[in-house]
Formats: sequence, structure tokens, C-alpha cells
Amino acid sequence: MAFEAPSAGITGLFGPSGCGKTTLLRCLAGLLRLPGAALRVDGEIWQEGPIFLPPHRRALGMVFQEARLFAHLSVRENLRFGLRRAKGAPRITDAAVIDALGLEPLLARAPAGLSGGERQRVAIGRALLAQPRLLLLDEPLAALDREAAQQILPRLREVSRLFAVPAVYVSHDLAEIEQIADYLLLMRPGGRIAARGELGALLTDPALPFAARRDAAMVLELRAQAYDEIYDLTTCAGAGVALTVPGWHGPAGAAVRLRVRASDVSIAKTEPWDSSILNALPARILSAETAAGPHVNLVLAVGQTRLLSSITRKSFDSLGLAVGGMVYAQVKAMALAAPG
Amino acid sequence: MPAAIPLTLELAGLSTALLLLLGVPLAWGLARGRGWWVEALGAVIALPLVLPPTVLGFYLLILLGPHGPLAPLLALAGLHTLAFSFTGLVIGSVVCSLPFMVQPVRSAFAAIGSAPWEAALTLRAAPWDAFVFVILPLARGGIVTGAILSFAHTLGEFGMVLMLGGDIPGKTEVLSIVIFNDVETLRWPEAGALAAGMAVFSFGVILVTLRAEARMARLRA
Repeated sequence: MAFEAPSAGITGLFGPSGCGKTTLLRCLAGLLRLPGAALRVDGEIWQEGPIFLPPHRRALGMVFQEARLFAHLSVRENLRFGLRRAKGAPRITDAAVIDALGLEPLLARAPAGLSGGERQRVAIGRALLAQPRLLLLDEPLAALDREAAQQILPRLREVSRLFAVPAVYVSHDLAEIEQIADYLLLMRPGGRIAARGELGALLTDPALPFAARRDAAMVLELRAQAYDEIYDLTTCAGAGVALTVPGWHGPAGAAVRLRVRASDVSIAKTEPWDSSILNALPARILSAETAAGPHVNLVLAVGQTRLLSSITRKSFDSLGLAVGGMVYAQVKAMALAAPG
Repeated sequence: MPAAIPLTLELAGLSTALLLLLGVPLAWGLARGRGWWVEALGAVIALPLVLPPTVLGFYLLILLGPHGPLAPLLALAGLHTLAFSFTGLVIGSVVCSLPFMVQPVRSAFAAIGSAPWEAALTLRAAPWDAFVFVILPLARGGIVTGAILSFAHTLGEFGMVLMLGGDIPGKTEVLSIVIFNDVETLRWPEAGALAAGMAVFSFGVILVTLRAEARMARLRA
């Protein structure tokens, strides 16, 4: 197995349970020594031939599925554990981490009294303060309830960008990866990398299993353009796509990441004018993915980007749709409400 | 009799200190190790639990005696024998009490598991650093229990002491031997006073440590 991953942004490592994602991550951390493996991070050799850097010599931070906070230390002491041991002047300061993760009210407390979400936030802060050049996240939200996980996901993206720490995020939950990753490594059982590339491109690649999924979704990276105060709507655009999105998404130019479910995108053959749908985009059908079941997933080219639309096979036939045909992709604005 | 009290405390204190130095790393090796040798070593360490102390004392007497396998080694140190000496008693007590130290500490290490250890390593802690500043504090309960049990057990050891140390006043005559001798010579009040003193002392030591532990646990919660 050989692969490269970019040293910026978040790389999602996705695959079914037991395919070796965690094993791969533990090798990156140096907790496991895979004979014959070679590993370089930022040009520094971590493992090659007889060279094997033990975990404490690798500039990394790791967050496990369970927070693994040290029970005999307070939250503040936990946060400082790696900070005190990292060499040189800290690039990432405790004040900045405490602020970014909202840890101030927890500092004096013992880990035993924290909720699952609070613990994981402290664990993320502790890993960041070890001054990592690479952050390894091993299903850090898998043990949390949906609400707590949804609060942490956007913050993870934020701190990775804020402190310029690239991350590898392992998950078997595609929805999490869709929300957080810029880049995707798809792993097959047996530890093979089946595909790698930009998240958006992989999710809409007809050759991969993602586009045909019944709960398929894609990710759009847009920028806010204008905010309509009267109706509380923001116009976002990028890569030849313009969408109206509910709510405030920051000043003009702010990056907006939208996850669009294929089932929230419907198809019309002519430009709709008496519909409640605000977003109707001219699109060309690139492929039609028919899996078993009632649905057909269409991969659509809109501007320079791709969208997925999931419609019934019946509609596909009765509208007389065909690959190469021009249609209008209708995106229900309210379906774009969930941030992340 | 008066010389026996400090002698016994010295023996128990010194043995417990040595057991901490020896037993804690040994327990770590047993808790983390994989392979057939782990159980073999564990069984050897547990042997004093089931062997009659006189049997143990007998083997130690041979091992540390003037004609034992360790005799050449002792000669190098300018010694003829360690039998019937205080040093010999310390060695014997360490062997006898080893399972009382290793067992609770090993259980504590096993209960902690590898999760905090791995987390510490990924937070730039070298292995010794992770052991001293994460594993030892987390295993404190087990270590304290092991030390109390070892101390109390050494205080009361009789069979091994009699075989290996004899009863040389001021050198090897510890309290349990004094009590035995008192009874032999029908000095019941003296024996009774010493026995009661030991019972109260042991109770006090255990009570104080248990209370300290409980208070620490409350503080952490």
C-alpha cells in the first residue's frame, strides 16, 4: 500500500469497519510498527528501513475514540501535559486553544465530572497543545450522541485551519467525513487504498460507490455574496454555481461549506417558474447510476462543479431523461439550512 | 524484648522499600508482557503464598548458607554466610512478601490498561516519563495496598524467620519470635502485651491508609 496525502487541510480516511483504518493511523502515530513501511511527514522521515521514530519523538497529536484524559490531573493539567513536553517556543498557545474550544469554564475541573462532548473537546485541545505538525483523529465522535458530535465537528475544522495543523480523520460514518474533510482516502477491506482525491470529486465520481448510494450527498465550497435581511437568506456562489441559502453565513467573501443531499435535488426538464424552489440551476446529465431499488442517482455538471440528484426510476423514465441531456437541477433552499 | 521492636520495624520498613523498588517494575512487566514466560514468572512470584514458610526458609537457608550456590558470590563480598544475619532476613522477607506487593500492583496496572499509556506517548512523553507521571499516579491505590500488605506481612512472618534467622537478640530476634519464646517460657503477660500491641498497631496502620485513600478519592471526584 502506498499513498500520499496533502499536508494541509483535513484528509478523511473512510472505509468499512475492520478494514484497517485504525491500524493505519496507529502506524502513523508510531504506536504500531509495520515492518517494511515507509513514512515521511513534511519531508521528515518517521519510518524507513531501520529508522523508526518512537511516538514521543513525532510531532503529532492524537485524539482517540475515548478521550483518554488523565484521571489524576485536572483539565488544565491535562491540557498542559503535551505543551510542557514539546520542545521550543510554543506555536500554539494554551490561551488560543482554550478560547477556540471554549474550555475556560472547565479548566479547574476533574475529567471524571465532564460530559462526553466536554471530554473530547479537552482531548482535542490537549493534542493541539503538543504542537503537532499532524493531527490524527481516530473516530473522535463515534462515542458521542449526535448533538454533541454536531457541536464538535465544525470546531475541529476551525481549529485545524486556525492553527494550520493538517489532520487525518478516520471514520466509518460518511456523513461526518462529508462535513469535515477536504480530501478523501477510501480504504477497502484488507487495507488497500481504493481511491484518493478531493472530497467533492470523489463523492460525485460515477466510478466510485458513493454516487450510487441511496443517501448520497456532495459538498460545495462556496463564498458568501450578499445577505438579504428581509428574508434572512444568503446568496452564495463559486465554481459556476449560485445558491440561495437560509440564514447568515458571514460577510461577503466568507467561505461557506454546504453539504447537499442528493435526495434534496430534484429535476425539471424546463425552467421552473411557478415553484417554491429558489435554486434552479441549468445542468447536464453526466451519468445515471442505477442501483437495485426505486432510485436513480444522476451526476450533473453545473458550471465547473458537479451535483448529485436522487430521483425515482419512474420519474427518470417518464421524463425521458438520458445521459447528456440538459435539465434544471432544483435545490430546496431549506434543505441547505444545516451548517457544517 | 525492647530491641525487638525497632528491629522488627526496621526489617519491615526496609523490606517494603526494597519491595517497592523491585515489585512495581516487576508488576509492570507482568501486566504488559505477552508470552508463556509471563505466567511462569507470575507462578514463581506467587509460590510463597502456598508454600509453608518453613519450606521457604529451608531453601533460603541453603541458598544463603556457607555451602550454598551463592557462597562464591558472598565470598567476593567478603562474607561467609547470610544465614542468621539481618541482611539474610531482609532478603528472606522480600521473597516472602513479593506476591503481596506484586499482585495488587499488577491488578492496578491491568485495570489502567494501555489507553493512558498510549495517550501519554503521543503527547511527547518518553516511556519512563509516561510511567512515572501517568501510570504510577493512576496505580497509586494498588501500590499503597501492596505496600501495606507487604509491611504487615513482614511484621508477622514467623516460620521463615525462625528457619533463616534463628533468634539472635538484637540481630534476628523479631517480635513474632519474642512472642513465641515468651509463651515457651510461660511468660504469658509479656506475650499478651506484645500480641495486643501488634494487633492494635496493624489495625492502626491499615485504618490510617484506608482513610487517606478514601479522602483522596473524594477529592478527585
